Amino acid sequence: MYRALFSPDMFAELDRLQREMNQAFEFSPSIRGLSRGGFPAMNVGSTSQSVEIYAFAPGIDPASIEVNLEKGVLTIAGERASDLPGKEAKANVHIDERFAGTFRRVVTLPEDADPDRVSARYRDGVLHITIQRRETAQPRRISIQ
Amino acid sequence: MNEKTKVTRQEESPARTEAALMPPVDVVEDANAIILYADLPGVSKDKLHLHVEAETLTIEGELDLDVPEGMEATHAEVSLGRYRRVFTLSRELDTEKVSAEFRNGVLTLRIPKAEHAQPRRIEVKVA
Repeated sequence: MYRALFSPDMFAELDRLQREMNQAFEFSPSIRGLSRGGFPAMNVGSTSQSVEIYAFAPGIDPASIEVNLEKGVLTIAGERASDLPGKEAKANVHIDERFAGTFRRVVTLPEDADPDRVSARYRDGVLHITIQRRETAQPRRISIQ
Repeated sequence: MNEKTKVTRQEESPARTEAALMPPVDVVEDANAIILYADLPGVSKDKLHLHVEAETLTIEGELDLDVPEGMEATHAEVSLGRYRRVFTLSRELDTEKVSAEFRNGVLTLRIPKAEHAQPRRIEVKVA
């Protein structure tokens, strides 16, 4: 009875359901899939002068994070080591929820982002990348002679 | 269906009314202690609050990001401003001797076991 209720396929079904819910409730994702649920979690915002990207990547040596910008696509990649003990250690793991392993996330930048004026800072586990917009694209007030 | 069925409304306690993110954690137990790792990115040291009361451990933190003026969010996966998670501790843990370290958004809590609860090898005597 129990086996029939919780067949292994149930998890696959839940996965499918979750994907369908995402599809139904989210705006259509970009082709490079800035989709929810990956590591690091990302917030993107913009001002009239810049594009601001926040990657929530705690516990990583900032020197090991690779940030690349190529043809208007920003890639954040790196690796996060596990804090869990090895198999030979005399310890039990009760909860294992934190991400470990290699990661890569990609953001498509707006066309007016200037690849030559990018700054990246890492503080309290958040990588904050600021990309300035090209000046020609900034709103300008035209004075009347 | 009974139309007279009353809908019971659960009163929320004041501490839980504000929505919060649940930080992911790892919990490891060895012979002497329980070690808890929690991911709290964006929380600065002074915005992190740890409380141990009776047998309840509460981890709370507020996000503190540098947001330029007039920024409009276009995509947000972290959409709440605070983290909160509560654990029930067990009696053999020595809450007086908890040590905490907070670095790069990762909290490491070490909760030692009380002396009397540490494993002992029991000698078997041959009569």
